[in-house]
Amino acid sequence: MNIPRNEILTLGAGLAGAAVLAFLPLVTEGFWLSLSVNIMLYAAICTAWALFSGPTHLVSLASAAFFGVGTYSVAIFVDVLPFPALILIAVAAGALLAILVGLATLRLSGVYFVIFTLGLAELIGQIVTWVQTNFGGAIGLYVFTDFTETHLYWMLLALTVVVFLTGWLVNRSRLGLALRIIGNDEAVARHVGVDTARARIILFAVSGAFIAVAGAIMAPRYSYITPDAAFNPMTSFLVVIMALLGGTRRLWGPLVGVVPFTVVMDFISGHFPNQTAVIMGLAFLAIVYVLPDGVTGQLETLFRRRCSLDKSSLATTAEEGR
Amino acid sequence: MSVPLLTINQVRKAFGGLVAVNDVSFEVAKGELLGLIGPNGSGKTTMLNLISGALSPTSGNILLSGQPIAGLPAHKIARIGVARTFQLVRVLPSMSSLENVVAGAVFGHNKVWGDEALTLARDLLERVGLKGREDVPVAAMTYIDQKRIELARALAGNPHILLLDEWLAGLNPSELRIGMELIREISAQGRTIIMVEHVMDAIRSLCQRCVVMNSGVKIADGKSASVLADPEVVRAYLGDEDDA
Repeated sequence: MNIPRNEILTLGAGLAGAAVLAFLPLVTEGFWLSLSVNIMLYAAICTAWALFSGPTHLVSLASAAFFGVGTYSVAIFVDVLPFPALILIAVAAGALLAILVGLATLRLSGVYFVIFTLGLAELIGQIVTWVQTNFGGAIGLYVFTDFTETHLYWMLLALTVVVFLTGWLVNRSRLGLALRIIGNDEAVARHVGVDTARARIILFAVSGAFIAVAGAIMAPRYSYITPDAAFNPMTSFLVVIMALLGGTRRLWGPLVGVVPFTVVMDFISGHFPNQTAVIMGLAFLAIVYVLPDGVTGQLETLFRRRCSLDKSSLATTAEEGR
Repeated sequence: MSVPLLTINQVRKAFGGLVAVNDVSFEVAKGELLGLIGPNGSGKTTMLNLISGALSPTSGNILLSGQPIAGLPAHKIARIGVARTFQLVRVLPSMSSLENVVAGAVFGHNKVWGDEALTLARDLLERVGLKGREDVPVAAMTYIDQKRIELARALAGNPHILLLDEWLAGLNPSELRIGMELIREISAQGRTIIMVEHVMDAIRSLCQRCVVMNSGVKIADGKSASVLADPEVVRAYLGDEDDA
């Protein structure tokens, strides 16, 4: 396997950046650290979301379902198992759920897929509520751990790094190419020999497992876990908005959306708590209208247009020179 | 005659009450260039869809080198060695022309990867006349160039049999000549081809043999010249003298 030089450089820069970010909790705490946890959380989830939804163009609103499943994996077993085992349970639960959803939605595309995934998060939240009220005695579960914000930050940073490495490996693999072909034209994909069902399900499972892990890591922060919080549909919408703002054509695209959006959202929800939903809705509309390919997609188009202008002017000069 | 490469045996496809392909049988020998013709709505494209696995037949058998393929999912049939182009050209718009061809090389019958796939794709682009256009986004290409991409993508899988669904349709006269020459070359290299076509000149000059369908039924099968002169075939295309 030969890796192009510029990819090695990007990889090195990314790892170095992550290493620098790991020192953040040593220089700051309180508000900024807490904000950084949020940024890191959405960086991990949005990138994981874009692993599947980016190339396939299938907008999944199931993030909240995976997130909640991860959170509950911790809430249920936190008193009996060590935390690393809980992470593994979250991985298994997230992947399993994604495989089931993947099988159920194989023939769905476009808006039908969106609605199915949206309903799914709601359904699972309702089932958990029902089980807890009928058999658990209480609506919520307590999660007490010794973790501080610093620990959560480090775990989320590590998760983000793993998501990025996975994404990079997938993009270099046959699976990545298969997904891009599916995103372009599923019928062509089948006729060139891509097992479209398998490719879709594998990547959805990877994406879902990562989001579940993010949910598991965040569980200690909530300390009291309720279905409403764990399966909050807002999570799904925020993920889509941020990823689309950044753009999903590149692996690091969502990151470009996550950082400013999280900062601005924090400001808005702090200063205009009653108008937050309205402002978010408007932001969603603005993003879809103004930046359909996200910030990175827009920049890339501009860049390419400039390049092709240069090229075509070169070509005409060459023609004239002949 | 040795064992045929492709055997279509009593294949039938019904959409509800409409029988699009009605118990059709024919065989294709290895290396043959077969023309599949007939008026609009006669079931030619449905026939191709049945062979390539886009549709599964209601009844009947399709054998590729003796191996049954009828009803298998399209990706499995592609891996066994059937490649196709589409009636309305289908390129992968967000990918470069080189990537479009690589797409055909990686998953199909061929299964090559990495540098091998890139080399193969470059060679095929050159063969279809797109040398030096590897990095051009296909969305920016002309219709015939997109058709060339589709052809290169289909060839990239190194299929046992190549299905061309009106590949020559919509080309202007000079493009048509280039397109016909290209098909002739590919056929001369030993590739087995079934071409569905409305361009009769192309059928006459390229295909030794023709199968004619009308209303889902095979009405003629034989040497192109004699088949095209067959009164029943003429009637299928032009109607009875009384109708005129």
